Amino acid sequence: MTNLEFTPLVFGISAVAGCLGALTGLGGGVVVTPALTLLLGVDIRYAIGASLVSVIATSSGAAAAFVREGYSNIRLGMFLEIATTLGALLGAFLATRTPTAVLSVIFGLVLLHAAWQSSRGHSQDEKSQKPDALAQRLQLNGSYPSAAGPREYQVGHVKTGFSLMFGAGTLSGLLGIGSGALKVIAMDQAMHVPFKVSTTTSNFMIGVTAAASAGIYLSRGYIEPGLAMPVMLGVLAGSVLGARQLIGARVRVLRWIFAGVVGVMAVEMIVTGVQGKL
Amino acid sequence: MTAPINRWTDRRLEVVISRLLRTGVLISATVVLLGGICFLSRHGQELPEYRVFHGTPKIYRTFAGVVENAGPSNCPAVIQLGLLLLILTPVARVGFSLAGFALEHDRTYVALTLMVLGILIYSLAGPH
Repeated sequence: MTNLEFTPLVFGISAVAGCLGALTGLGGGVVVTPALTLLLGVDIRYAIGASLVSVIATSSGAAAAFVREGYSNIRLGMFLEIATTLGALLGAFLATRTPTAVLSVIFGLVLLHAAWQSSRGHSQDEKSQKPDALAQRLQLNGSYPSAAGPREYQVGHVKTGFSLMFGAGTLSGLLGIGSGALKVIAMDQAMHVPFKVSTTTSNFMIGVTAAASAGIYLSRGYIEPGLAMPVMLGVLAGSVLGARQLIGARVRVLRWIFAGVVGVMAVEMIVTGVQGKL
Repeated sequence: MTAPINRWTDRRLEVVISRLLRTGVLISATVVLLGGICFLSRHGQELPEYRVFHGTPKIYRTFAGVVENAGPSNCPAVIQLGLLLLILTPVARVGFSLAGFALEHDRTYVALTLMVLGILIYSLAGPH
């Protein structure tokens, strides 16, 4: 297969991944790497380098649409980015020392979690709690627009959330993914931030987190221009298309399809990792 | 009564930042696309070799190497330049937030933002 055949193929796969990622809100990065390694036999280190770059593109490209809605909390995002960027540095360093078979198995486990998360959807319950002193000192509490005017919310368990974010950053740097699902869990479930605020703030943080590991990936030679080019352009084009289709799409059916695809990939990644083929 | 003012400025800051991010993505995607067309027109018949990891050639691993080599005679360096612009986009975002918090005289957040910026600069320019 020549470059003239390989590039459009990678572009197509990445576009489908980006589109599905935008429709389900899980991001395209998590599907691109297993697709490249399992279908095309690309070394997982080149794949995660290309995937990480595409994560920055989708996160930054989507920011404008999210900001218009007025949900994201930039103070909360900035504070938590200290944890995610430190984690991302650690993850990127670990990635260069971890055998690819182990990376493959960890990736499979993350995919299993994504499949489960995707099939489940989320509950949108009301949250109220006692104020957290650190949240007040850092002005993390905010409000978001609702049908009945601005609605105030309180941020809780700041230290727990901060630690979870460090973990999310480490995983992001280790596997070249946005780890948006974990960031949302840290905010939505641990810190009791409203779901919409969690997802938009998470999107805001993903780009900065990925940039922190990108520097290390670059100096270690993980970012290969010939491969990263179709991946980045494909995921970006796919996610723009996916975001446009979001209204009116049958998200329920898509979520199940996505969960199925990701589940199969998860098993494949774990099996190839255990067999030491990657 | 500084809180409502802060929140209002935060909102404006967000809008400016989101435009900055989209512009950054558009510019970098354009550069990557041009580099890609150039790459395929010159190396289209060559075979891609990504099955075995060798690491990208040294000149594509540093800002200086990429900037020096990017041009019509080195298409992969043009792609890499676009990718570097993309990586710098969130860094610029953090820089803008820093300016915004400084305008709000919010010392805590100036300090927190400086920490994030420091980590990013270490990753992109530090010795590792």
